[in-house]
Amino acid sequence: MTDQPTPDARLRSSGSLRRRLALQLVGSAAVLASLLFFAVLGFTRDVSQRSHDSILLASATSLMDSVTIEEGQVTLDIPYAALSMLGNISDDRVFYRVTLDDSTLTGYGDLPEAPAGARLEEPGYWTGSYRGAGLRSVTLRRRMSLDSGAAGIAITVAQTREGQQAELAALTRSALALGGGFFAIAALLALWTAQSSIRPLQVLTGVVSRRGPKDLRPVQRAVPSEMLPLVHSLNRFIERLRVSLTRSEEFIAEAAHRVRTPLATVRTQAEITLRRVEKPENRNSLREMIRAIDESSRAAGQLLDHAMVTFRTDSLERKPVDLQALAEELVGRLRPVAELKDIALVLEAGSVPPVPGDAILIQNALRNILDNAIKYAPPDSEVAISVTMDQSAVTIAVTDEAGGFPEAEKNALTERFVRGSNAAGTIGSGLGLTIAREVAEAHGGRLVLSTSSTGAGACVSLSFPLS
Amino acid sequence: MRFAILPTLLTALSLWAASLLAFEAEAQRRFGPLEAETVLKVLSTTDTALLAPLLEDFLATHPQTALDYYELGSADLMQAVITDASGFDIAISSAMDLQVKLANDGYTLRHRSNLTQAMPGWANWRDHVFGFSQEPATVILSPRAFEGLELPRRRQDLITLLRRHPERFSGRIGTYDAAASGLGYLFATQDARTSDGFWRMMEIFGSLDLRLYCCSGTMIEDVARGDLALAYNVLGSYAEARSDLSGQVLILEPQDYTNMMLRSAVILRDTAEPGLAGELVDHLLEAAWSPEGNPAYPFHRYPVRNGAESAPYRPIQMGPGLMVYLDRLKRQRFLREWHSAVEQD
Repeated sequence: MTDQPTPDARLRSSGSLRRRLALQLVGSAAVLASLLFFAVLGFTRDVSQRSHDSILLASATSLMDSVTIEEGQVTLDIPYAALSMLGNISDDRVFYRVTLDDSTLTGYGDLPEAPAGARLEEPGYWTGSYRGAGLRSVTLRRRMSLDSGAAGIAITVAQTREGQQAELAALTRSALALGGGFFAIAALLALWTAQSSIRPLQVLTGVVSRRGPKDLRPVQRAVPSEMLPLVHSLNRFIERLRVSLTRSEEFIAEAAHRVRTPLATVRTQAEITLRRVEKPENRNSLREMIRAIDESSRAAGQLLDHAMVTFRTDSLERKPVDLQALAEELVGRLRPVAELKDIALVLEAGSVPPVPGDAILIQNALRNILDNAIKYAPPDSEVAISVTMDQSAVTIAVTDEAGGFPEAEKNALTERFVRGSNAAGTIGSGLGLTIAREVAEAHGGRLVLSTSSTGAGACVSLSFPLS
Repeated sequence: MRFAILPTLLTALSLWAASLLAFEAEAQRRFGPLEAETVLKVLSTTDTALLAPLLEDFLATHPQTALDYYELGSADLMQAVITDASGFDIAISSAMDLQVKLANDGYTLRHRSNLTQAMPGWANWRDHVFGFSQEPATVILSPRAFEGLELPRRRQDLITLLRRHPERFSGRIGTYDAAASGLGYLFATQDARTSDGFWRMMEIFGSLDLRLYCCSGTMIEDVARGDLALAYNVLGSYAEARSDLSGQVLILEPQDYTNMMLRSAVILRDTAEPGLAGELVDHLLEAAWSPEGNPAYPFHRYPVRNGAESAPYRPIQMGPGLMVYLDRLKRQRFLREWHSAVEQD
């Protein structure tokens, strides 16, 4: 199993959650950044406009303060500061106009007056164009009582807006930089947020996809509360699967068990009958029958073995196992069977340290391998069993002279019910190597199929780690 | 109403004259070849002879260019620009207030170059008005008239002297007629703005039978001849330029404060040669402000003020403030007060 589950072509993606999240967050950041930009811009423009207006107003006010009535005539003595103060804030052009009842008293006679405010005393402001230049002006109005009656005086002070516009351009650049900076930071945070909120999903995916094929334990890893229902459902699903698998394994074991006992009875009866009949064709039929019964019986035995292995590996017990003693005992038990076929079992076992494991399982695995070897080996040949160790593992290797495995099938042979193409004519179910492999893997070890060093046969090695 | 007809008539007459000659030039001179590819027409209040070396230096690097130099009074210059702006390229004037008003009212063209950016900011208004000299308003003294007296160093010294020796100075004090001379008006208004003592001094001048002049030349000559004991607010640069009178006049830069007039150039709005006009302005600015200077530069190069020093030199600030005294009512009021101070009977 690889870490990354291979994508299933039948599964359609409805888009990336992370990308959607990132896009939404970046989108909100963009909206907020532009809001910020316009808010800052509007605010600073307002402040800038107000400060300019207040200087214009100060200038107009000082003009108004200089208005006096001399000998019944309205006159004014413009203070130097009234215009020079405008020169201090920017190098802009300055215009002014003083009118008395709509006739220009002094200043620029064609300068437009700003419209009056809500009340006469309130200054009026105006933005417009004069002599080909943009202008901001303020007009102050007062009523004065003269000998000839009441008169209205209006004082307009105006300044071109080049300096203000340069200032506004600078403000716009600052606001843009602010908005841009805000957006950049927010976008980075958004990407980070999207990445980190998707991480628990990736972790869960990793946990599930890294599992061994037989690992049907519920997922225990802590997940965010939003994912609890998903994990809960997943665990329920795994539980159902486990129950269903267990049930079918039990069913197979039960079925094999129930088949094997009657088969033994039938075989005994068939052998008794074989001794009684004398016609060669009847005897042949009976031998065929006994062979078929053997095959079925062996298959049922292996199915039971497999069920047992499956059961025991689910809750593997780890006790020190002396592999040398185990091999010697097993070889001793199988030697009579091998001698029936004139096959010599040669054991080369040195002293090895015990490995932690389940002795019954290991014995079962080795027996299946030896069964295979004895079954496929030609008469008058030798099956060598060696128990060796290296730094990390103890290896039991079984070498026969049966011609070896077809190279193309080596990997498939350890799958259930798969038999080699050279197995025709031999009794077998195809479960032997599967059981051996499952036992090795349950112990953290490996089953390796190879061709023997002489090239005359196959070498099956089971390795078990020392710790 | 009878009096209203006269200015109208005069305006009509001057307009008629303007259609012929546009204005009354005091002097006109062509610099450079008669058959030049391009001709820059320069209006100026500056003596032709004073600027001639600098202009010829400019033409030395512009062989295909000629300059038509028209010398005229500052008020005439203003009038010429306003009524016939299209004919001229550059206006050079000592009347800072009028130059600022020309720029403010939109008769000038913006010009930016390395030199306009390197020059002191206070000598450059909006990249439209470019000061290219610093010329002090000085007191010209006749050494003979002050024989036996300690020479005054500040205005207060002068007032004390005048009070102690009225008989020696009576009828022998001269200054510009503020009503007739644009420069005299500028200096008088700046004095009034700077110092409260100005009016007191004018009253003392008035009590000593002040003589009023239209122009600096005659005033300097009268001091040199001994007719005048002192002339107040005369451009030091003009007195220095009169090398023929050296020894006969003393130039006093008052230590309490000395107003510095900035002679300035503007490029006129409707010039056909903005590039060339800009080069001429740059030529003036380079002579005035660059560290290298120019041997043909006719004015004294004062160290450029950097604000921290408390030197008595006060360059008159360019800016809209200068337009205050150009206001009709303000001018009337100021001249009324000035006349009442200086004309006592």
